[in-house]
Amino acid sequence: MITKTRLAAIVGSLSIFVALAGCAGGDAATPGDDGEKPYVALVSKGFQHQFWQAVKSGAEKAAAEFDVEVTFEGPDTEADVDQQIQMLQTALDKSPDAIGFAALDSKAAGPLLQQAKDSNIPVIAFDSGVDSDIPVTTASTDNKAAAAEAAKQLADAIGHEGEVALVVHDQTSVTGVDRRDGFIEYMEKNEPDITIVDTQYGGGDQAKSADLAKAIIAANPDLAGIYGSNEGSAIGVVQAVKELGLKSTDIAIVGFDSGKAQTDAIRDGLMIGAITQNPVGIGYETVKAAVEAMEGKKLESTIDTGYFWYNKDNIDDAEIAAVLYD
Amino acid sequence: MSNVTLAKAPRSIVGGLRNSLQQVLAFASLIGIVIFFSIMSPHFFTANNIVSVLTAATVTGILALGTTFVIITGGIDLSIGTGMILCGVMAGVFLTLWGWPLWAGVLGAILFGALIGFINGFTIAVLGIPPIIATLGMMLVASGLSLVISGTKPIYFNEQPDFQKIMNLSLIPGTRFPMGVAVFIVMIVIAAIVLSKTILGRYTFSIGSNEGATALSGVNVTKWKIVIYTMSGLFVGLAGVLAASRLSSAQPTGGMGLELEAIAAVVIGGTSLQGGKGSIVGTVIGALIMAVLTNGLRIISVPQEWQSVAVGCVILIAVYLDMLRRKSS
Repeated sequence: MITKTRLAAIVGSLSIFVALAGCAGGDAATPGDDGEKPYVALVSKGFQHQFWQAVKSGAEKAAAEFDVEVTFEGPDTEADVDQQIQMLQTALDKSPDAIGFAALDSKAAGPLLQQAKDSNIPVIAFDSGVDSDIPVTTASTDNKAAAAEAAKQLADAIGHEGEVALVVHDQTSVTGVDRRDGFIEYMEKNEPDITIVDTQYGGGDQAKSADLAKAIIAANPDLAGIYGSNEGSAIGVVQAVKELGLKSTDIAIVGFDSGKAQTDAIRDGLMIGAITQNPVGIGYETVKAAVEAMEGKKLESTIDTGYFWYNKDNIDDAEIAAVLYD
Repeated sequence: MSNVTLAKAPRSIVGGLRNSLQQVLAFASLIGIVIFFSIMSPHFFTANNIVSVLTAATVTGILALGTTFVIITGGIDLSIGTGMILCGVMAGVFLTLWGWPLWAGVLGAILFGALIGFINGFTIAVLGIPPIIATLGMMLVASGLSLVISGTKPIYFNEQPDFQKIMNLSLIPGTRFPMGVAVFIVMIVIAAIVLSKTILGRYTFSIGSNEGATALSGVNVTKWKIVIYTMSGLFVGLAGVLAASRLSSAQPTGGMGLELEAIAAVVIGGTSLQGGKGSIVGTVIGALIMAVLTNGLRIISVPQEWQSVAVGCVILIAVYLDMLRRKSS
């Protein structure tokens, strides 16, 4: 009995392996070795969020334009450093012609980046970039400048005085740190009558960010404005204000990125506006830079993919609408 | 008959006294924490903030209610967090894509939770897979299916404007007391009655105290385990509906980690991971302790890094004190 079931189990798992090997083989063989299309492997910080899907679509657009093969992968959450390292390892094993990489943890990726360098595979950093001198260039939003713009808009909205707070997605990633520091530095430098009363981190989770924004509002009854540093944080702040029955005249909210809940809040006037990066541009510029690096062209050390401030008035302009996602 | 006496064993007079003492102590720690934060900040003990704490406790609390049953049987359910997310996505499919009426979509999503629970119960009780492995598998399956079904995009309930009222509708005019919290309270009462007054509750305790003896006394343990996991799934479905309703959208990402918050609430409330002991009141107190801690630490502006440290220490202390009490008695 036991041996029979065990045998069945072994046969079963073997057949799964064979099937998997079949898929993997088909995947790996097409791009690199045949000397057909050049292959660019992109390993991003995420996959599921709308933002990453927009980056992916930009990468695919460039892939079609420059006639290269592109794959796009990313871990389930921005805390899964292990999973991302695994993806980068797998990408390297497929010996691509170039790699695009947005590091969750630059140090953890160090040995693999060195391996890429040793095998002459150019690395293009994108989004939050990679803290290392191996990448030939970095295609990203200047998050500090973008956050300073958000601070300026919030200061204008509250009449350059009062208390403000920040709801940030995390305190470890480069985007989290830059979007926090860019905002705080602008306020400290230019707005003597604005006090920053609190900075909290919600992991970009909407419900969590809503709960902590409510705590901030409760602890600071005179709060004039809140800044949410990414899609989940900003929507969480909007949710908090909704649940407390406050209006945009009570608390001014500025956000970051887009997503339908955020664009709706801006149209309804609950949020005064938000900064959007250009995710399609990030994907596009990364692949374009990869192609140029393969051809041996010299690249600038950074490629600014740009940002926009959008509000009720310009949300439907063609230039803005093209980079917003639902 | 024999199974009834068996089931009553842990609820003897001494046990009952010990149980209520334990609840009094847990309740006292909750009150202690509340007093501490009230002294530390004038903004903590306000009507608005209390409602905020209850709102934050609702989804995790409802998950914890169902999980209490599972843990009392000596099992565990890791799939509740991502399972809840999947139920929210299914609500989106039923209501937005398939255009079901509101009641049908909500009922469908809750029943979908029961289906997840049923599958867990089946793999555990019939196939004999250990609960931690079976539900770990389901946790990943649910997480993946949420993304597949939603196409990795959030589903918005714009065509069902009433959907968001399930969680958010203010019940008492002039206040911000949301319906979701009322649903939580109703579920507490239902769970407490089921656990203490029905045959399902009695079998839950007796399976957890001594599964072999329960089976020998003629109880169909396999069947009742499936029933218990399925019922826990109903709570997961309801939590999924409330979470999606709060944001008026089904967010296919996330959910991981929520199961541990719910399990922590159950354990702080004095339910033993070895099974056989536990109470709904304890779980509710545990869920409130978690929510009050998170909210209070934020109100007094403790840096986030230290918030996790504090919550972790509270879990360790609560469980250790509980063990000491058990040993001494």
